[in-house]
Amino acid sequence: MTTYAARPDQAPETAPAAPPSTATATPAPPALPSHLAGATADEATLRRFLFGLPAVDPVGLEQRSATLATRSIKKASKLAAIDLAISMVDLTTLEGADTPGKVRNLARKALAPDPARPGTPQVAAVCVYPDRVATAADELAGSDVKVASVATAFPSGRSSLEVKLADTRLALESGADEIDMVIDRGAFLAGQYGLVLEQIRAVKAECAGRARLKVILETGELATYDNVRRACWLALLGGGDFLKTSTGKVNPAATLPLVQVLLQAVRDWRDQTGQQVAVKPAGGIRTTKDAIRHLVAVNEVAGPEWLDPHWFRFGASSLLDDLVLQRRAQLDGHYADPDTVALD
Amino acid sequence: MRIGKSASAANTDGSRLGVPKTYKLYVGGAFPRSESGRTYAVRDAEGGFWANAALASRKDVRDAVVAARKGARAWAKATPYNRGQVVYRVAEMLDGRRSDFADLLVTGGADRDAALAEVDASIDRLVHHAGWTDKLASVLGSTNPVSAPYFSYSAPEPTGVVGVLAPTGSPLLGLVSVLAPVLATGNASVVVAAQPDACVAIAFAEVLATSDVPDGVVNVLTGSVAELAPVLAAHGDVDALDLTGAPAELRVELERAAADTVKRVFVPRTAPDWSAEPGLARLRAFLEIKTVWHPTGALSLSGGGGY
Repeated sequence: MTTYAARPDQAPETAPAAPPSTATATPAPPALPSHLAGATADEATLRRFLFGLPAVDPVGLEQRSATLATRSIKKASKLAAIDLAISMVDLTTLEGADTPGKVRNLARKALAPDPARPGTPQVAAVCVYPDRVATAADELAGSDVKVASVATAFPSGRSSLEVKLADTRLALESGADEIDMVIDRGAFLAGQYGLVLEQIRAVKAECAGRARLKVILETGELATYDNVRRACWLALLGGGDFLKTSTGKVNPAATLPLVQVLLQAVRDWRDQTGQQVAVKPAGGIRTTKDAIRHLVAVNEVAGPEWLDPHWFRFGASSLLDDLVLQRRAQLDGHYADPDTVALD
Repeated sequence: MRIGKSASAANTDGSRLGVPKTYKLYVGGAFPRSESGRTYAVRDAEGGFWANAALASRKDVRDAVVAARKGARAWAKATPYNRGQVVYRVAEMLDGRRSDFADLLVTGGADRDAALAEVDASIDRLVHHAGWTDKLASVLGSTNPVSAPYFSYSAPEPTGVVGVLAPTGSPLLGLVSVLAPVLATGNASVVVAAQPDACVAIAFAEVLATSDVPDGVVNVLTGSVAELAPVLAAHGDVDALDLTGAPAELRVELERAAADTVKRVFVPRTAPDWSAEPGLARLRAFLEIKTVWHPTGALSLSGGGGY
């Protein structure tokens, strides 16, 4: 009785790589099973539910990651993996020094990652700060590339709920298709799980029908794998459309074992509720080899249904450069000069 | 398999086993194994087992070029005076391991006197090039007389990343003679050692690693030249190629591959004699002469410069 959320390639009138206004197209989620619906009844029940989640075996997890990382992907499969990875990139710039010009350049790069080879797929989205969304949306108008915006007092999340919601509204009204919110790690680590959940729900309510919500767990600040698993389930209970590892501002960011914890959570969530939730590792993935390792993990841990830009993304900036260089190496038979690629 | 005389620390009565060394690559200032995990056995002069060396792959070439590109920036920015100090330091460190290298050369087939002479000549070659670093601009550069209100000068600048195929037949002196000019002129290099001379090449890399040469400025790969050279020649991020050690049957193909990405290619006209004076040809080969026109100011109405 598994009912998947609408997948882009199942909608007959749309192109596979272009899920149009997905958030609005997604039907109202079916009611949660009683053990999940009841888990959020009050603070004590929620705590009992989160602490009742099976503990993560760190040794086993890291060993599995190391084993998956040894898979060798060659030739045609490698080229296919590179193309898939390019189409999954959320091309990101989150700097204080982001000028409108830099955002425009990034948007152009998103539309044509390798202008010398027009067959190169476009990336999934461009990710910017809320006040730069309008610029990006203007540049990307009419294309299939989404505009994602971080919000809710990114990256620390240390502000009042009103400010966070206003931040979200600014992004939405400027034309963001996807909102990347940060959870309140301070509240999470202080054990105020209900507060974290309420904030996720409030931002979700703001986004509902307008944008997909990515919930940034900032795993680098959560200290243990068990905490990461709890944060995953909080985000899932709060209605997140995406689980995202990190802001990219904290080390360590996305590592393969951490991404596996996220993938296990979305797999279990789908098994229990029938709803599919996407995953986005962000930060620390810089090479094609890393990206392909993540794709292998996605296939093995979550399942092949997640091997789609709608369900899996890479939050990165320099990764795209390496993907483009590796794509050229596959096509030309020799390594290219990085000076011929628009590095940033 | 017969263990060669390199493992001669083993007692002949079998009471102690020799400890043959495994030589690894030298990339980015570290000594990694080949990405492929492959090795090959290096033979001593009598055909016995000498040591295992890493059999580098295409990806090791790529990694080495990435490391060299990083190293090239730091090395080109260093003052010529400082580069001279570092190259001199390499000579000092090599002098400190004089008898080690003589042992290696003897294992490779040289007699003891010839081996010591080769090590000494290599040290002298490094000192020779250490002296050249801060004189190149004066010798190869110039101020050019021009009939316009410009100051025009030509100055040599490092080319960038140089792929070097080390020569066979002269394990240490040949390697030092091709490497020292590339180093002294401020270039970074990816050296493919001659396949039978891997032990000497990596031992020399150990000298480089302990002598203030910034990480990545010299990278040494060991393995099959026929496998690695075409990858190096076709690589888009390699700026120049030294084909001294290229097998004759590969040379044309390598030059053709290098032309696709407009590399400088250095091919010695005749078989090089490493005992001869090194001359300027190799120093000049990997320098780009940059000419700059700098305005001296507007001409005044009465003629001459405005200043």
